[in-house]
Amino acid sequence: MFSNILIYFVLIPLIMLAGLALCQNIKQIRAVAVTGSLALCGLSVYLLLEYLGLRAAGDEAPMLFTGSWSWFSPLNINLAVGVDGISVAMLILSSVILLTGSFASWKIDPLPKEFFLWLVLLSTGVFGFFISIDLFTMFMFYEVALIPMYLLIGVWGSGKKNYSAMKLTLMLMGGSAFLMLGLIGIYYHGGETWNLLEIANNSSIDPAWQNTLFCLTFVGFGVLGAMFPFHTWSPDGHASAPTAVSMLHAGVLMKLGGYGCFRVAIYLMPQAANELAWIFLILTGISVVYGAFSACVQTDLKYINAYSSVSHCGLVLFAILMLNTTAMTGAIMQMLSHGLMTALFFALIGMIYGRTHTRDIRLMGGLMKIMPFLAVCYVIAGMASLGLPGLSGFVAEMTIFVGSFEHTDMFHRVFTILACCSIVITAVYILRVVGKLLFGPVYDEHHLSLTDATWWERTSTITLIICVAAIGCFPNFFANLIKFTFSPSIFAVIGMN
Amino acid sequence: MEFTIPLLILAIPLFMFLLLGLAGMKMSHKLAGVLGCLGMGTVLVLSYYTAFTYYFSGNPEFISAEGVRLQSVIFNVDWLAFTPNLVIRLGFLLDPISAMMLIVIPTISFMVHLYSMGYMKGEKGFQRYYAFLSLFSFSMLGLVVATNIFQMYIFWELVGASSYLLIGFFYTLPSAVSASKKAFIVTRFADLGFLVGILILSFYTQTFDFITMTSQPGAVFASTAGATFMGCSVLTWAMVLIFMGGMGKSAMMPLHIWLPDAMEGPTPVSALIHAATMVVAGVYLVARMFPVYLQVPTSLDIVLVVGAITALYAAIVACAQIDIKRVLAFSTISQIAFMMVSLGVARPEIHECLGYMASMFHLFTHAMFKALLFLGAGALIHAVHSNNYTAMGGLRKYMPITHITFLIGCLAIAGIPPFAGFFSKDEILSAVYAYSPFWGVWMTAVAGLTAFYMFRLYYLIFWWNNPDYHHRPHDGEMAMSLPLIILATISVVAGFIPFGKFVTWRGHEYIIEMNWVVASVSVIVAVVAILIARALYIRENDMPKRMADSCRWLWTAANRRFYWDEIYLFITHKIIFNGICRPIAWFDRHIIDGTMDGFAYITNQASYAIRNFQSGKIQQYVLAYLIGALLLAIVTVCCVL
Repeated sequence: MFSNILIYFVLIPLIMLAGLALCQNIKQIRAVAVTGSLALCGLSVYLLLEYLGLRAAGDEAPMLFTGSWSWFSPLNINLAVGVDGISVAMLILSSVILLTGSFASWKIDPLPKEFFLWLVLLSTGVFGFFISIDLFTMFMFYEVALIPMYLLIGVWGSGKKNYSAMKLTLMLMGGSAFLMLGLIGIYYHGGETWNLLEIANNSSIDPAWQNTLFCLTFVGFGVLGAMFPFHTWSPDGHASAPTAVSMLHAGVLMKLGGYGCFRVAIYLMPQAANELAWIFLILTGISVVYGAFSACVQTDLKYINAYSSVSHCGLVLFAILMLNTTAMTGAIMQMLSHGLMTALFFALIGMIYGRTHTRDIRLMGGLMKIMPFLAVCYVIAGMASLGLPGLSGFVAEMTIFVGSFEHTDMFHRVFTILACCSIVITAVYILRVVGKLLFGPVYDEHHLSLTDATWWERTSTITLIICVAAIGCFPNFFANLIKFTFSPSIFAVIGMN
Repeated sequence: MEFTIPLLILAIPLFMFLLLGLAGMKMSHKLAGVLGCLGMGTVLVLSYYTAFTYYFSGNPEFISAEGVRLQSVIFNVDWLAFTPNLVIRLGFLLDPISAMMLIVIPTISFMVHLYSMGYMKGEKGFQRYYAFLSLFSFSMLGLVVATNIFQMYIFWELVGASSYLLIGFFYTLPSAVSASKKAFIVTRFADLGFLVGILILSFYTQTFDFITMTSQPGAVFASTAGATFMGCSVLTWAMVLIFMGGMGKSAMMPLHIWLPDAMEGPTPVSALIHAATMVVAGVYLVARMFPVYLQVPTSLDIVLVVGAITALYAAIVACAQIDIKRVLAFSTISQIAFMMVSLGVARPEIHECLGYMASMFHLFTHAMFKALLFLGAGALIHAVHSNNYTAMGGLRKYMPITHITFLIGCLAIAGIPPFAGFFSKDEILSAVYAYSPFWGVWMTAVAGLTAFYMFRLYYLIFWWNNPDYHHRPHDGEMAMSLPLIILATISVVAGFIPFGKFVTWRGHEYIIEMNWVVASVSVIVAVVAILIARALYIRENDMPKRMADSCRWLWTAANRRFYWDEIYLFITHKIIFNGICRPIAWFDRHIIDGTMDGFAYITNQASYAIRNFQSGKIQQYVLAYLIGALLLAIVTVCCVL
């Protein structure tokens, strides 16, 4: 069991949990958090190299590094792991965001130990989710990732934190309820196995049931992917959450939604996906434009980014539903890109909020003069978000648009062009914030005494910016990494071009 | 040709941007400026070398045995592969027009780098300024040498961003911030059209590559297989949408509104970006795709009409502006519209696409004299600390170098022989007359207006009255005067370049013959216009004021730019912001979120309602038990019976 590299993605966080429990003071806590997340980063990079090596050597299995250990045999529940290019990309994303999130919560107060304990528990769930290929374990890890959110927001949050924590948890739990029904359905109609690959290979799910199960699972994951109209947990939840939690949540947790939609809903029920995609295309198409328009009038920085996430994550689901290789590649790139850039945004907002004690853009102005480093980073994040070439947003969006345009019918064309419109609306709300918040005269005299970023804040933001720029400058590397995934065996299952 | 030198042309400005952007804060102003100038100077030398090699070396890579100039790809690397066919490549394409741009851009950019050493001296953020200039030069060069349309789109966005950064350079001024925002958003909107156009075009042709598309435009047309949408062929739609991108960047009506506001940026930036290089990107785009445009003449007619209307509109507005930079901005819009018109009338049967060549020629000469005029305006603003001509007058005595060079610029743009503008404008007018006399007369009228407003400006600045200046105005330092002199020299001689030898539609050499009728008519019109301007403005009098009063509405309308800004404000604020965004945000908070809260409320209410079932009072439980038992008994009895 321990010879499988993937197990360590769960083991390291567990060791971190044990380590944190033993910590006496803040320094030790930081040391454990940073060492652990660095180890995870290293591990994911190592995994990437190994993975590319195996692929280069001609291994065409849909999942690599597979392993399976029985857990509860009466119900065929196993701890089954395995990764493909998408999971590898997601693992890298998660570890980077955990690392930068730890740096961003350097001064977390009160109860630093408990904070990090919950945060690491949450990441255990995230890592576990991405390596699982057993639906039951996947679902279990999914829940492990969701529950700590309630406490993290409720205890360390700000504003209407009780309301937000309750709302977020209940809505996501509601999603899980759909999901659980769907997964149990898949279990019984897919040949009494939880293993993704087996179900896919048997392609045995009764077509009569596929439609129902597809809807259940897609909606279940879609709630987490902030699909219209199930997105309203996002603005309140993000606004109340502490910095690192916002980062992890928008950066990684929302990706669980997109990943799940692809991995479970579409991968296992291709016929239903083909038949019903139009319903969800309408919903996600609305998400894309609706989120962007809503962001235009918000005054709270976090609300702006929450709505922006609705729009960008809507694009992820939108692209997945296009059911072709190019668009799906774009969707995964958008997941990476959105994860990094939203994490960057939330980190910066947290840092600005920590200084000015307000997130209302009407009460701030001219920050470029006061905290140039943070302001420049904010501009870069904004440029990534509005799709400036050279940063990650551009390549992801363009791949999605080109892929979506492969459909020839009027319906897809109209929605593609509608989605393209978001590039303009995004520019509007990003530049509105940048212009108001960073440029112009200094709004509040008290802000003049504020300081610029500290070294840990710089580490956090620079790491994220480097990642964003790396995807933006060398997109082919990531595109190829992901494209491997859509290997012939998967095409056969999904039945797409 | 080796790829090293072309690669360096792109790499050096990018490197300078990173260097000055990351380490600039640690440098002194002087060092940053010198580094910037050195970098650009090197690029200037290298790109001259490249362009001259292209034109004169006679290398079979560049010119065929029959003397036809070829398109040559120096390097082309895969950047992002969407599908096996649709691959974005970053490359370097040398052909007549990109080689010409390799002369224009570094020349102007270097002049601006040099000039800014004097103009921006002591400004806060001097290093940042040079970093952005380098970023812009990199993006602009990348745009013109693009080998495929997606590469062009990438650099298109990058020039937009660097323009945004430079317009908003004085970021503490609210007017500069909103101007930069406006510029970005308006051009972004246009780019949406560009993007959709690319998507349509590449879907049918399955390629992004310029050479593939333009060498077999018939195949492009065939690939759409007669698909139509709303009565027009799909290819027409694609080309018009792509032109929309060009309209945004090149400030064609109705997407012109950002350019006058962009004058909030430092004046050398206006000279570089908003007069000579970036704003002609739209013209360059149409020229690049020209063979494909020829396949769908409807789209060229749209180019013509948009250009002609814009030219007239901008010329009228330029007559009623007070801010000298705004006059120059509208003049730029009008001149770019000349180039568009010229492309719009280019047809192979009319003198072998004379319009195409004329357009490129005008692009070249206009870049020189318009940059000269802007830099001259910068020297004036520097001297009197105001943008308005009302603060100027009689400056010919104080600023001789600026005066002479500005006059040369005015003569060039007015089309007086032997200055550069005369030749290029004459070619454009010949091409337009050959296509349609109606538009010929129209454009001649615009040319007359051009001469009028430029000399109105000239006389108001350098003659008119003789106010008392607090500080005696004087010419700028050497770093500022030198570029003026160089550009003025180019503006005098550039017209004599045998342009037909270098830049033609298909690379064939074409001997341009002067159309004497058109030339003499346009010169007479220009001279008359200048004389009118002279009569009105040579010394202070109330004639202009009385004229303005006599048709006040026209003056006010022109001064307010025919209310385009108000229309846009209405659309963006009243319709989009208040009519779409606010209702959507309200809907989200009250309806969607309200529904979710409603579920919670119903659940709560339901639990309140049934809460009393668990009251803990034993009497109630017994009562409930008795009632239940009784009911059960009754039911049982009924059933038994």
